[in-house]
Amino acid sequence: MATAVKTRKTKANKVGLAKANYKGRPSTLCAGCGHNSISSQIVNAAYELSLSPHQIIKLSGIGCSSKSPAYFLGRSHGFNSLHGRMPSLATGALVANRSLKAIGVSGDGDTASIGMGQFVHLVRRNVPMVYIIENNGVYGLTKGQFSATSDHEQTLKYAGTNPFMPIDLCMEALIANSGFVARSFAGDPKQVRELIKAALSFEGTAVLDIISPCVTFNDRDESTKSYSWGREHEDPLHDVTYVPRYEEIEVDYEAGETTEVRLHDGSALVLKKLDEEYDPTDRSAAIQILEQARANQVLATGLIYFNADLASLQDSEQMIERPLSELTVDELRPSQESLQEVLEGFK
Amino acid sequence: MTESPTHTKQVVNDFSMVVATANGSGSLTSNLALIRALFRMGIPVSGKNLFPSNIQGLPTWYTIRASSDGHTARRDSVEILVAMNASTFAEDHAGLSAGGACFYADNLPKPRARDDIIYYPMPIRDLVKEVNPPRNLKDYVANMGYVGIVSEMLGIDLEAIRGALLTHFHGREKPVELNMGMITLAAEWARDNLEKQDPYRVQAENKTEGKILIQGNTAGALGAIYGGVSFASWYPITPASSFADALREYLPQLRKDNGKNAFAVIQTEDELAAVGMAIGAGWVGARSMTSTSGPGISLMAEYVGLAFIVEIPLVIWDVQRMGPSTGLPTRTSQGDVMFVRYLGHGDTKNVILLPGSVAECFEFGWRAFDIAERLQTPVFVLSDLDLGMNLWMSDPFDYPDEPMDRGKVLTAEQLEEIGEYARYRDVDGDGITYRTLPGNEHPLAPWFARGTGHDDQAFYSERPDDWERNMERLMRKVDSARELVPAPIQHGSGKARVGLIYYGSTESAVQEARARLSEGLEIDTLRLRAVPFSAEVKQFIDDHEVVYVLEMNTDGQMHKLLQLEVPEQATRLRSLTQNNGLPLTARWIEQSVADQAGG
Repeated sequence: MATAVKTRKTKANKVGLAKANYKGRPSTLCAGCGHNSISSQIVNAAYELSLSPHQIIKLSGIGCSSKSPAYFLGRSHGFNSLHGRMPSLATGALVANRSLKAIGVSGDGDTASIGMGQFVHLVRRNVPMVYIIENNGVYGLTKGQFSATSDHEQTLKYAGTNPFMPIDLCMEALIANSGFVARSFAGDPKQVRELIKAALSFEGTAVLDIISPCVTFNDRDESTKSYSWGREHEDPLHDVTYVPRYEEIEVDYEAGETTEVRLHDGSALVLKKLDEEYDPTDRSAAIQILEQARANQVLATGLIYFNADLASLQDSEQMIERPLSELTVDELRPSQESLQEVLEGFK
Repeated sequence: MTESPTHTKQVVNDFSMVVATANGSGSLTSNLALIRALFRMGIPVSGKNLFPSNIQGLPTWYTIRASSDGHTARRDSVEILVAMNASTFAEDHAGLSAGGACFYADNLPKPRARDDIIYYPMPIRDLVKEVNPPRNLKDYVANMGYVGIVSEMLGIDLEAIRGALLTHFHGREKPVELNMGMITLAAEWARDNLEKQDPYRVQAENKTEGKILIQGNTAGALGAIYGGVSFASWYPITPASSFADALREYLPQLRKDNGKNAFAVIQTEDELAAVGMAIGAGWVGARSMTSTSGPGISLMAEYVGLAFIVEIPLVIWDVQRMGPSTGLPTRTSQGDVMFVRYLGHGDTKNVILLPGSVAECFEFGWRAFDIAERLQTPVFVLSDLDLGMNLWMSDPFDYPDEPMDRGKVLTAEQLEEIGEYARYRDVDGDGITYRTLPGNEHPLAPWFARGTGHDDQAFYSERPDDWERNMERLMRKVDSARELVPAPIQHGSGKARVGLIYYGSTESAVQEARARLSEGLEIDTLRLRAVPFSAEVKQFIDDHEVVYVLEMNTDGQMHKLLQLEVPEQATRLRSLTQNNGLPLTARWIEQSVADQAGG
């Protein structure tokens, strides 16, 4: 079994690990990159949820975002796969071992351009995993080209002016029938962390589109993917607090102030009302809120849509609970008699 | 033609019969009834479906070869024609051998009569009227008309036909009775109205006792199941779809656990996802595969390169069809050899198995997993449309005679004992390093799989020495496959001047040609069963003055591959190819070898 690294700052969680046990290698991304902030919240979420690192796999495609799994959960297996093709790899891994929890990290290039097909099919099959898009509206590693989520008529130093409308990945996830669609902002770490915790407790594809500014290529004030724009325009749908299964909901809220959504493992996400009522279980309201946010040029964040009733891929395939990867040699190879019986049918 | 066909002597159990119909008319049931009936009468048979890339209407030909000598390759003459398709009647009729028998639906416009063949008109429409089947079954029942007439005229046992139909309809009496009604009526009509004038006859023998009749795709899927496949992902493509169909038919019978599936077969959105899923499943430790054809292989190139460098085991079953591009989707070829060997950008080398029979499809079906997990690399099995989709006679398959080899995988207990771990450290000096699987709870177990440069702990590295060391090890590892893969099979004295190297589905034609050639030119043969090549291949080339490399692609891909990988004797190798979409015939091989080697 894993033993905790002794640190003074954090104490051991329920599986006896310190927060340091959830950290990864030092980040090689730019200082101030939104992705680093998200990595920190993944560490916090996994630590606070007392997840066993060996039960987690971390997956990514290609790009700045996709490098980040090396920078968190160093005690978990990980796979930095191909550009836009992480969903299929994740699907195979999770079908072959359904006891694993998966955190996938992608970017706007990796998902909205080269990976749109696999993304949509991942959601359609409802493969249980957390799918985070670190969305900065620009290609960083290749030095500043527009992505499919770049702002319409935005001007970038080398790329010129973008004539195309951006793709809204929350809208794509909704249309593909995701049961968990959230948007957040790397500059709002508490919300990011709580949403990741909820996503980790959800048994379906949980899509988190997190605006994560690129400080090098796309952080000018007028960009909707910049820190300053996000801070000025973020309009949370609600205040989100994750409540684990084993804790009573302790915070006192005024009656009618909160709603909660129940996750598959018995935990809950408590949604505290802010300015207006918002019901995340209403699919048309979800589509509408995304349309409004675009029209009004605001960054609507929070849990946009929630539906816990969709069957996971493994259940749709009527699979056993045990990981296929743990089947013994005897279980894998049918008997000699069975072969003779099968071959009788070809005589 | 001088000789009158009516006076030739009888030819028993040795002919090719072509049934010409329109695609989608349900004739396959009829053709399978005929071939299975012959098989059950103890007569060696093979069946080849020459079909169009079309759902309904285009011409299709089904060839049944009966051969008392047990030859199963395509034969380039046709002795019996069953003409049911107006649009091809003239051409089919022109292709019939002299002395042959032409059964034709009597409503077809008849081409100018030949005086060297025997005509048997078949009143199919009238017979259908008499049986009066439900409207939606009319075409099927009509096709049973020729089954009855041909059976009567050749001497095929109607009881054998009934048994074949029972198998086809999984024991359901109702459709069998409906079809037998038509067959019996047609046979009676033939007995009363036709006079036997051609020489072709069938007679019960005992040469199929204990044998099976099966397609290579089914055989391969069964092999994979007995090899423990637990995850398969695939995208529909001709001629590979029936491989996944067979997995989906037999896995639920053989691998259920308390009513739940101890396996998964996932139809994907494309071949990119098919291979990606298979790699994900292989990474976490499942026996994992995908099945496809050339166009799918093109899409898989990217992920295969990743699996090669990350060292993930998986099996890729490629049922080759004619390329490049969409090519001829329903015609056979051996055109993926070179592409698959080096599939992936940068330096990649893939292990290839080359089954030459349905029995080997089964055997390589299970063996491929052992090799893939031993080497931790993608293993390709190159079948083709002819082997995969046509019916072949075979001895029953042997149950795997070796224990399953799961390769080098470290458990948590083993890690605890060893006390250290590096994913890519060559501890044993054989180039094969140790894997740990996700889910392993030991803190030393995790490693980060990546297609980027890495050191022996799987950490990112751009260091030149790390890169060189890793690639040197990888090449050593995949080259060591030559000791693991099935050895080539040789025939002949070993002392002939001329050698012939071949592989895959050409086996049946070469066997037959070998029998023919043995009367003239002395020749030794070697059938490749895998790439990389074992030492015996080099020895065979060394031992012969001239070595022909026979294959079904235009460019002589295996010839080139041998020249590249066994360069010392490159000039002794000569390419011998035919690539027109049809399986090779023994006669073509015999003539080509004799022409080249004799001259």
